[in-house]
Amino acid sequence: MNGEETFADTIARDHRVEPRDWMPDGYRQTLIRQIAQHAHSEIIGMQPEGEWITRAPTLRRKAILLAKVQDEAGHGLYLYSAAETLGADRGDLTRRLIEGRQKYSSIFNYPTLSFADVGVIGWLVDGAAICNQVPLCRSSYGPYARAMIRICKEESFHQRQGYELLMTMMGGTPEQRDMVQDAVNRWWWPSLMMFGPPDGDSPNSARSMAWKIKRHSNDELRQRFVDMTVPQAEALGVTLPDPQLRWNEERSRYDFGEPEWSELKRVISGDGPLNRQRIERRRQADADGAWVREAAAAHAEKQRSRR
Amino acid sequence: MSEDVRHEWPLFEVFVRAKRGLNHVHVGSLRAADHQMAVQHARDLYTRRNEGVSIWVVRSDDVVASDPDDKAAYFEPSADKVYRHPTYYAIPDSVPHI
Repeated sequence: MNGEETFADTIARDHRVEPRDWMPDGYRQTLIRQIAQHAHSEIIGMQPEGEWITRAPTLRRKAILLAKVQDEAGHGLYLYSAAETLGADRGDLTRRLIEGRQKYSSIFNYPTLSFADVGVIGWLVDGAAICNQVPLCRSSYGPYARAMIRICKEESFHQRQGYELLMTMMGGTPEQRDMVQDAVNRWWWPSLMMFGPPDGDSPNSARSMAWKIKRHSNDELRQRFVDMTVPQAEALGVTLPDPQLRWNEERSRYDFGEPEWSELKRVISGDGPLNRQRIERRRQADADGAWVREAAAAHAEKQRSRR
Repeated sequence: MSEDVRHEWPLFEVFVRAKRGLNHVHVGSLRAADHQMAVQHARDLYTRRNEGVSIWVVRSDDVVASDPDDKAAYFEPSADKVYRHPTYYAIPDSVPHI
């Protein structure tokens, strides 16, 4: 078998493609784009919640939030590591993010207005991420699948800490309950948009599914998320802001309304509430850290020359 | 130093021993200025939840690997040596402990 036949055979048998195997250029480029976009999302994703670390109401909540934000950094690094096995360069990917040539998840362009947002991000945003990511643990590219297994184990902590935080607030004052409902109202639709455009409007999906990089369509994953979340909202005592949301006996699934797709397009193309601030903050962090990276490299070089 | 002089740190492969009695297993890679920093970063990145009791790091460009294109030539000859497996030998059921 030549490289192309071996690749086709590997995909057909549901085996994993490994770094030094022959692979079509389109497969490699699609993976680099997807993994980099995913890594960037984890790194930018530290910002909305990171803003609350110094304002967490108790030491316990602060320690939890700190650990969670540190995990997001870790997830970004697992993914950059996977991207490097495909020949991408970490420094180059960061430059592409800062220069706006590569994207990250639209969800992180929304502001976190109250501490309830920390809980809702854990519950809804990380919940949606889990729906997206669990099938990626079986992605055809080995290093990506292995990174996703690590990430999924840790995401479960993220979702549960968020839900527990919200349960605590719901047991508090009427003002605290209002804060939770307000945060749910603001994050629900952006969370549904995390699964991407509807299947009819997602041009690369079919190819990614044929290559088994992706296992389920955007709409299927969105439906799973809704089905999973509605009972959790009921248990929490909040209302999801969708008048069309109701149980469909025939389908044994929930019917729900259509997200505002023009909003998703707008946020993806750079015109969300905080796109500019998020990138500027990342650029600043990169610039502020430059002297540390240079000093460490100079120190390592000096140690080498002394030996 | 100017912005266009970039000091990219080298890539290291990380191996973690999950507990005593097990081998070190490859878990991923990271960037670091030197080996010492690589071990410290590996601790922060790959063992945040008791995943390990020992870490090895190796410069990625020091790893020598077999070529995937040679897979057949390398590994298939072992497939026709069935006599290397214990099940190849027929022993009557009446013979104990073998």
